[in-house]
Amino acid sequence: MSEKRPPTRRFSTIMFIIILVALGLSIAAFYQAIFAFANQEFATGSYFALIGIMGLTFLTYLLIQTRRKTLKLPIHAQRVATTILCQKCGFKNIRDFQRGDYILREAGECPKCNEKMIINSVYREAKEEKKGTQKLS
Amino acid sequence: MIPQVSQFPTGQGDVFGWILQIAWLVLILATFIYGQRIQLTLMLREVESSLFRLKFMRDEGRKTSISTLKELGGSEADPTSRVDRFLEYVAIPPVNLDPSGVIWRLEHILDVRDVRFEDEVSLMVPGVEKAQRNNMENMLEAALALNIIYKVIRHFYVLGKKTKSLYIVMQLQMLLPLIMREAEAFADALQAFKLGQPIGDGAGALVAAKLIHGHKTRKIAKDTVMAKVSMEGRTAYVLKAEGPGGNVGKPGEAIKQIIEKTKGKIATAIIVDAAQKLEGEKPGEVAEGVGVAIGGPQVEKYKVEETVLKYKVPVNVVLIKEDIGDAVSSLRKEVFDAAEPVIERIKRLILERTKKGDSIIIAGVGNTIGIGQ
Repeated sequence: MSEKRPPTRRFSTIMFIIILVALGLSIAAFYQAIFAFANQEFATGSYFALIGIMGLTFLTYLLIQTRRKTLKLPIHAQRVATTILCQKCGFKNIRDFQRGDYILREAGECPKCNEKMIINSVYREAKEEKKGTQKLS
Repeated sequence: MIPQVSQFPTGQGDVFGWILQIAWLVLILATFIYGQRIQLTLMLREVESSLFRLKFMRDEGRKTSISTLKELGGSEADPTSRVDRFLEYVAIPPVNLDPSGVIWRLEHILDVRDVRFEDEVSLMVPGVEKAQRNNMENMLEAALALNIIYKVIRHFYVLGKKTKSLYIVMQLQMLLPLIMREAEAFADALQAFKLGQPIGDGAGALVAAKLIHGHKTRKIAKDTVMAKVSMEGRTAYVLKAEGPGGNVGKPGEAIKQIIEKTKGKIATAIIVDAAQKLEGEKPGEVAEGVGVAIGGPQVEKYKVEETVLKYKVPVNVVLIKEDIGDAVSSLRKEVFDAAEPVIERIKRLILERTKKGDSIIIAGVGNTIGIGQ
């Protein structure tokens, strides 16, 4: 289990050859289509144009599938907030979570009434769900 | 369309037409002969992509564990080799061919495993206080889970590739979205365990902590504390895992002991726990019911079921809904906010289901990391 660089998808030689062949055929088909349309052969031109479009669609799909890219990191940094509350006067202090914080821990004296304050909450605010799913709730 | 296409180039007699004709034939033949193989290749590529992400998560888990242990252990010995050993740790479940007594055998194995984990962490970071040690243990367990997930998926990926079996790869590819969700949850959990932040699974423990706060607690079972709290004219035995270190305690054992000590004179037991929400439900939704809501390897659940049956104690549950990702990552606001409505529901349950002067049990189940009492 040695340390490695961030993962990337590999680009295979066979896939590269397939892409090149598909690209060649598509370009040639478009050339033939233009040539046929110029000679008023609309059926032939449409056929070649169709072949060209299909070839390019296939090519785009392959490129999307095989492009070299660094994969999205699945570990998300989450902002966690700590709320310190004075139980007597209700004075509240919200700050970023610090190591050692825990719910119901004593957290010094209240600057207003000198009573003991406690950590009342430690939580993160998660992003809202996609609108499409909210409609069904 | 097909007859026109096949007739077309021959009529023209040009070379390119022939090439296209042959290309079409090759494509059709290849689809017939290699269709399954092409499908297999595409599926394997998809699995491979997820496998890269799993590997990254596994490596991150390992790196985070090592760096945190190094940071806590100061200038002590390098924990790398110990962490690598820990990540390969296995606990073999007992034989269930003869199911009689399997729960107690399983409990013994889990206890041995817990002690072994505690000792391992103590050796990696000697002198660290118990709460911190528990958090490190949880962090290592999350890293261990990521390692196991990665290895199992890699096993089936390689097996599918070797045997060229579409059916092995197909099953893997179909299950992967769910497996990835679980793995991502464990990856998010690493940070929470590293810093000792409360997690979604601790929702039950949070409710119990709010009820216990300000009352004298005593240890009732391993890593489990209990306090006698007066609620609505009833005596409530409120219990939770001992915080703020990461552990789940033995709520089943604790409930069993309270019921046996009071000779079954318990009007009702109320168990509060986090429960997996269904897609479409909102996190932090509260649901009520009956039964024993204790997750994990079922040993604790079994103990409660046996005891409440013996003394005919009614068991109610209050559940806080959340998804698997929320259960092991930092406590989200909606789940935290659900604690107060849960307390209100408990009070209502007590008023409706018990009489003044009765004794009741309220058990806050879940990992108490980042939650004191």
